[in-house]
Amino acid sequence: MSPEARPDIGAGAVPRRPGFGAELARAAKAFPTLLRVGVSEVVAYRAEFLVWILTTNMPLVMLALWHAVAAEGPVKGLDQRAFTTYYLGVLAVRLLTSNWAAWQLSMEVRDGTLSAKLLRPIHPLYALAADHISAIPMRALVISPIIVLLVVMGRDRLAGHDPRLVVVLVLSLVGAWLLTFFSMVLLGALAFFIESSLGVFELWLGVYAIFSGYLIPFEVLPHWVSAAAGLLPFRFMLGFPVEVLVGRLGAAGALRELGAQWAYVVLTFAGALVVWRAGVRRFAAYGG
Amino acid sequence: MIDVRNLSKSYRVHKRAPGIAAALRSVLRRRYETVKAVEDLSFQIAEGERVGFLGPNGAGKTTTLKVLSGLLHPTSGTVRVGSYVPHMRDPRFLQLITLVMGQKQQLLWDLPPSETYAMNRAIYDIPKAQAEATVRELGDLLEIGDLIGKPTRQLSLGERMKCELVAALLHRPRVLFLDEPTIGLDVSMQAKMRDFIRDYNERFGAAVLLTSHYMDDVVALCPRVVVIDHGRLIYDGDLRALARKVRPDKHVTIRLSKPVDHADLARMGTIVSANGAQAVLSVPSAQASAVVRDALATLPIVDLTIEEAPLEDVMRELFGASGTGKDGREPSPSPKPARAGA
Repeated sequence: MSPEARPDIGAGAVPRRPGFGAELARAAKAFPTLLRVGVSEVVAYRAEFLVWILTTNMPLVMLALWHAVAAEGPVKGLDQRAFTTYYLGVLAVRLLTSNWAAWQLSMEVRDGTLSAKLLRPIHPLYALAADHISAIPMRALVISPIIVLLVVMGRDRLAGHDPRLVVVLVLSLVGAWLLTFFSMVLLGALAFFIESSLGVFELWLGVYAIFSGYLIPFEVLPHWVSAAAGLLPFRFMLGFPVEVLVGRLGAAGALRELGAQWAYVVLTFAGALVVWRAGVRRFAAYGG
Repeated sequence: MIDVRNLSKSYRVHKRAPGIAAALRSVLRRRYETVKAVEDLSFQIAEGERVGFLGPNGAGKTTTLKVLSGLLHPTSGTVRVGSYVPHMRDPRFLQLITLVMGQKQQLLWDLPPSETYAMNRAIYDIPKAQAEATVRELGDLLEIGDLIGKPTRQLSLGERMKCELVAALLHRPRVLFLDEPTIGLDVSMQAKMRDFIRDYNERFGAAVLLTSHYMDDVVALCPRVVVIDHGRLIYDGDLRALARKVRPDKHVTIRLSKPVDHADLARMGTIVSANGAQAVLSVPSAQASAVVRDALATLPIVDLTIEEAPLEDVMRELFGASGTGKDGREPSPSPKPARAGA
């Protein structure tokens, strides 16, 4: 019998698997404890966590660079203050919405430690999400000085002057987190199929740095790059919430973009789930 | 409780020769080969039964346990645990089982075991009072004491393994898959683990499928063994019957007050070892009592014991003699898949 042959599921009544709703309800019930334990883990690893956060310093490097360039005068309409608010916004949003699920998942698939998570009666992705959400309070603590600085620097330019934009901002941050998380799951789940999934992740990071607005504001990029960025999902992971935060989008435009962002969230979720399910079928659980 | 019929599991593995040239060639053209880890394996285990799952390294034991616990999809065949198909990983199935792997752990490394227990309580949706009672009860049996409050990384291997067992059994599973649960533990800790597993099995009526390279674990816990080699079943039945079948001789150990002639020993049986003070003879089981009578009457005996051949020897002989696998030869000694493939 070849390995591709389908197993005979066998005769006899197999109980119907509980529906997605029941599974979600079970996970929701467990979620507070998972979050609490996750926070305890973050606190236990606090020094490592802090160092890891401090490695996200590229926006500050770019800020210094563009600040010097804009000293002569505005660049494509952006003055020094605009660059400052933009990069502080990038730093805050990036620290709040980024996660390392691709790296974690890839390692767990490769060394087999995923096995223990697959043996639990809640989906491993719920636990993974809880792991990463539980890092947010500590991250929020780290970015609070940046937010204070941003408010001082941005003043009238920030989204705070329009309550509709505040709501869009919150939803866009949630959307950015989910979009990033599902992308990470999709990338991490590639480890079920290829040994170099972390290489793909590195490649993804390079593309992300350009098309998300992480390195350079879209206004300063060549037109074709910013046009492409408008179509790709990367901008919705970072650039879009930053634009809302620093008040570069009006309420109508922001709402339209929010719809596009959430459409990408749904698409990426579906993609991640398809890759995950196909991957778990191939999982060899080596070493685990 | 466990029903395995004609289970086969194959892996497709990348194969390349060592060296830089082979590495470069493999970039352009990858060669794969199919490895049959388990082939046409069938057995059943009833509720409350304790079964040893034996075989040499690479025989397919761990692969089978992973299929039974739903981690791996079978290539072909039918597997049921309870009424569930394991690889569908129904949450109710996962609530029913536990898989303990001696070399792997689920305890959170930098947090005390109590945090893992709290997490498992939430994941398995166990009422708080019941979880606390279980931790107390299992903790008492394993003499865990205040270990559950110390960070896992500060615990010794034995302490970690005890805490690991409590985490694995917190939801009171009805089926225990134990893969080398005593590996690396000292003799007294191994004995404690064995007592604990037997106690849990008797108390909760749980089915136990155990793999271990420590034959003492198997002898102490498992009246029945399933033996596989090269992924194929070569024996399923009573452990003692297997020992008698493979090594029908008994070992008679004689301690002597003074040296005796070699010839006096040789006429009683095959000499396994002999020095001035002690001799070990291998004699057919049927003649053991006659040999003992003869020895007591004719030799200056201080002490005498009769033992069956150690299980390690039985296994060594079984796997040395079994010709199962790629050449398709029938194994010897006469395989007896007593309960398999109904």
